[in-house]
Amino acid sequence: MGLTCQSCGKALLKEKFNIRVGNNDRLVIALAGNPNVGKSTVFNALTGLKQHTGNWPGKTVSNTRGSYKYKNKKFVLVDLPGTYSLLANSVEEQVARDFICFGKPDATVVVTDATCLERNLNLVLQVMELTDHVILCVNLMDEAKRKGIFIDTKALAKALGIPVVGTSARSGEGLIELMDKIHNISIGLEKSSPKRIVYPKEIEEEIKKLIPHIKGLLGDQLNPRWVALKILEGDKTLLDSIQQFLYTENCFKHQSEVACVYE
Amino acid sequence: MNSKTQPYDVLVSMQNKITKEKHNHFRDMMVSSIYSQAEEIANNVVTKSNKKKIDWDKKLDDILTSRITGYPIMFLLLGLVFFITITGANVPSALLADFLFGIEAQLTTFFIKANAPAWLHGILILGMYRTLAWVISVMLPPMAIFFPCFTLLEDLGYLPRIAFNLDRLFKKAGAHGKQSLTMSMGFGCNAAGIIACRIIDSPRERLIAMLTNNFVPCNGRFPTLIAISSIFIGSAVASKYRSIAATFFVCILVLFGISITLLVSWGLSKTILKGVPSSFTLELPPYRRPQFGKIIYRSIIDRTIFVLGRAALVAAPAGLITWILANVFIGNQSILAHLAAILQPFGRLIGMDGFILIAFILGLPANEIVLPILIMSYMAKGSILELDSLNAMGNLFIENGWNWLTALNVMIFSLLHFPCATTLWTIKKECNSLKWTLFAAIMPTIIAIITCFIITQGARIIGLI
Repeated sequence: MGLTCQSCGKALLKEKFNIRVGNNDRLVIALAGNPNVGKSTVFNALTGLKQHTGNWPGKTVSNTRGSYKYKNKKFVLVDLPGTYSLLANSVEEQVARDFICFGKPDATVVVTDATCLERNLNLVLQVMELTDHVILCVNLMDEAKRKGIFIDTKALAKALGIPVVGTSARSGEGLIELMDKIHNISIGLEKSSPKRIVYPKEIEEEIKKLIPHIKGLLGDQLNPRWVALKILEGDKTLLDSIQQFLYTENCFKHQSEVACVYE
Repeated sequence: MNSKTQPYDVLVSMQNKITKEKHNHFRDMMVSSIYSQAEEIANNVVTKSNKKKIDWDKKLDDILTSRITGYPIMFLLLGLVFFITITGANVPSALLADFLFGIEAQLTTFFIKANAPAWLHGILILGMYRTLAWVISVMLPPMAIFFPCFTLLEDLGYLPRIAFNLDRLFKKAGAHGKQSLTMSMGFGCNAAGIIACRIIDSPRERLIAMLTNNFVPCNGRFPTLIAISSIFIGSAVASKYRSIAATFFVCILVLFGISITLLVSWGLSKTILKGVPSSFTLELPPYRRPQFGKIIYRSIIDRTIFVLGRAALVAAPAGLITWILANVFIGNQSILAHLAAILQPFGRLIGMDGFILIAFILGLPANEIVLPILIMSYMAKGSILELDSLNAMGNLFIENGWNWLTALNVMIFSLLHFPCATTLWTIKKECNSLKWTLFAAIMPTIIAIITCFIITQGARIIGLI
């Protein structure tokens, strides 16, 4: 129910920055996905934590963290709230977006529901705009099979340009492969080249005009193409977050806000 | 610092150069690009087998969320869960009580042998241990049955259907449809329900949901309702139908609580929290085969033990304090009796007595301990009796002047009064406002007092009592 982690959101980001500063032996993995696709089940299956899972959307309201070891590496898994998009319509979407954007996790796993892949892919495509280190986990394969739905994960991986793993997290199927991909992507053993969304000419031209300016301003702190898109669509929340996370001096100081260390 | 804020200002001015219409135009184009590309990819990789299986999900949804059958099924399922809880809890409850009070007897013998002073025995055994034993024997069995049942419905995917059914009502009340979900969480624990209110985006509607969450009984109050209902409502009918009558009445109480939730939400949204309900799309998740092992594990470990542990932590010191209040005498009366005497006239006015009100006030830390405190204050007044069954409890209450009206008022008051301290603390943390936290405590209490007053005076005027 998310009871474990009260004021995460931004506090977690700040805390995570601290991890990045002094501590490089832990790999941070973000877990994103639509509501009710079994994200918490995947989370529990990987970390062995007994986070409460429930079959209703919106169960995980705040972030939860857990960790596991694989091939002698320690992975810290952050369960982001379920969202349908990263367009920042709600607090959850903003939290998820900010984490992937400014927390710079070593890899982001997008968990999707195999029984309604199309709707879930919207989020996948948006995450791919943000970061290169994406892994797609197509969960609930068992349920899809029961419903007579078959998904060609190889073709999907090719179409998206990122690793795709089919899982049935409840029975543990596919989890080893998932951990393998997480391991490889996060330490750079395997490179993915996400296919970018192609926008109509009108937008692409505007993006081209904006990118040099943004690069000059932000350097390589954020994906300039994505920032350009946000400027075009008038998303003020991202600019606020940029100010908050990149240019506010005391963003490293609020350790006391961190109320949710699991380990 | 000045130079550091520059990039932000530049970005903002870049954004401001574009008109609002342009922004919306771009945004629409982006969203449709994303959707069309997602669709294209999905079409290439997903194949659906043609042999059309019967769509059970849809068939079930047609029945469970239909306007005609949806509500009766909801009511029946609710009733079934309560019935299983009430009937199933009786036997283990009695066994646990026997066991724990057996230990009490041995502890007492030990204290006597060790020549311990009477007050020490009083504080530790009659105060702390007895309250603790009561909390465990009365709360554990119903929780161990109720939580798995509830979790089972949750795991099946029935909870969102409840939300779907109630959505229309909440919209009409000017509240958010998701409030039905946070309300359902409140059945487990109001503090958890308050935290669940985060799923509501609009601050106005979130506040409404938080302020009205405690009108559904949490597991701390269910045992109280179930016990009193079994004694006073159940005993009114032939023994065969006792559990059914008690169940039925608890269901009625729950429905009453839901009505009050809707009514107060409506009142708030028309007065101090005016606004138009925001729309949202509630997605009905697929039905899933529940995982029984996990359900039992989770509901026992995560919920039952957690709640019980908290209750025990609160019950022990509360028992101690109550025992002291009941056994320290000023003049010829205990402090507790003095306090009760002060509250007595007011208590009578709303169909209860001073001791009951004291129990509710002392029960602020956790609703679970209201009954044990009450029992202790009654027992300290008169003869000490071994409280080993519901019958004994019923007799104790009747000896202290209870009748069906008292029982009804206690149940209504328990349902509507101020939330427990944990819940209030959670509200404070979530809305960050002392004003609203106080409101969350005072508003329900006033409603509870008014309701009990009307019921009592009404019954007296009509001459029912």
